[in-house]
Amino acid sequence: MSDSLVRLGDIVGFLGRIMLQVPRALLRFQLIVDQVYNAGALSLVIVMLSGLFVGMVLGLQGFELLQRFGSEQALGTAAAIGLVKELGPVVTALLFAGRAGTALAAELGLMRATDQLSAMEMMAVDPIRRVVAPRFLGGVIAMPLLAAIFSMIGIYGAQLVGVQIMKVDAGSFWSQMRASVHLIDLNEGIVKSCVFGVACSLIAVYEGYHAAPTAEGVGAATTRTVVTSAVIVLFLDYLITAFFL
Amino acid sequence: MRKSRAMNLGTGLFVLLGFAALFFLTTQTTNRGVSFHSEPHYRVTAKFDNIGDLKVGAPVSMAGVEIGRVVGIGFDSRDYKAVVAMNLNAKYNQIPTDSDASIYTQSLLGGKFVGISPGGAETYLKNNDQIAFTQSAFVLENLIGQFLANFGKSSDHSKSAAGAGGQVK
Repeated sequence: MSDSLVRLGDIVGFLGRIMLQVPRALLRFQLIVDQVYNAGALSLVIVMLSGLFVGMVLGLQGFELLQRFGSEQALGTAAAIGLVKELGPVVTALLFAGRAGTALAAELGLMRATDQLSAMEMMAVDPIRRVVAPRFLGGVIAMPLLAAIFSMIGIYGAQLVGVQIMKVDAGSFWSQMRASVHLIDLNEGIVKSCVFGVACSLIAVYEGYHAAPTAEGVGAATTRTVVTSAVIVLFLDYLITAFFL
Repeated sequence: MRKSRAMNLGTGLFVLLGFAALFFLTTQTTNRGVSFHSEPHYRVTAKFDNIGDLKVGAPVSMAGVEIGRVVGIGFDSRDYKAVVAMNLNAKYNQIPTDSDASIYTQSLLGGKFVGISPGGAETYLKNNDQIAFTQSAFVLENLIGQFLANFGKSSDHSKSAAGAGGQVK
């Protein structure tokens, strides 16, 4: 118990150290752009595919359930609310931890294991500023965009199943969605994806940076990144949802 | 250098797609569209015996057209009634003062909304006016209670045997 508290304090302290270097890191913007590419653009395919299938299954299950009450027109609302508020940010964060978080942790862990980070310190280059902060910022920028893309594709998938296959009226699908999705629902999704972006990126760079400098250590750091990110994301999800209610 | 150029292009496309998705979500899935400003409105209140599960933000409609929203729900402890404050769009400023407000249910699973039916007065509602004539929400439990009471009265003699059986049990 006290171990995990120490680790939590350590992570928060690490976030502080990154934040101190953020203004400096912003000056070398190309490094951040490269990391947005690594964390965001390269995760695009998996996020879009997952979004499509999650949306389609939502359309199918939602239709099946709502049909029992004779209100299948509410399918658009159900799919949009479910995607924008919950599934979009949460599933994207889990995929992000699996796709981009592990890559970050393994990269930094290998840099640690091969003494590249120490070499930078020897040359008076702060590895937090040069290596960690751009990766962290890249993840923080990419995550909300990925979540928005996931939700958009998901709504398209729900529409595909609901309207094209199950023949829900297209007009009521969209108009009911527009009537009952409010800007506050969207805000909730955006706040969630930003918070998850910070959490997942921070955990990934922390674990990678502090990996034991062995092959085993890199593997353990990668595993811890995924496990911790998943638990933290689901916990934070509950907190933010409760806050917005 | 060419690799970096391709990467920047990919990043640019990704960011563009992300913002396009955000734009799609704000304009196509929400009722607000892109307008963040609130239109000019005026406030009226109405007292109801029972508002059921009317919520803040519920629509106020007239002839089925949304003309405003419920912005506040309070309780008047002097006459034990619910006070509902509504913002009506300033475009619709010719609502007679003797109009009546009722609480309706949107659909089987839908929420409650306030419906206003026009009266015949020559004067119109202004800011901070109160709608005097109201009709409470339709509460299913009360209706079932009334139904059971009437049912019990009308079939008292025919069902007395069954009633006695129930009491023994």
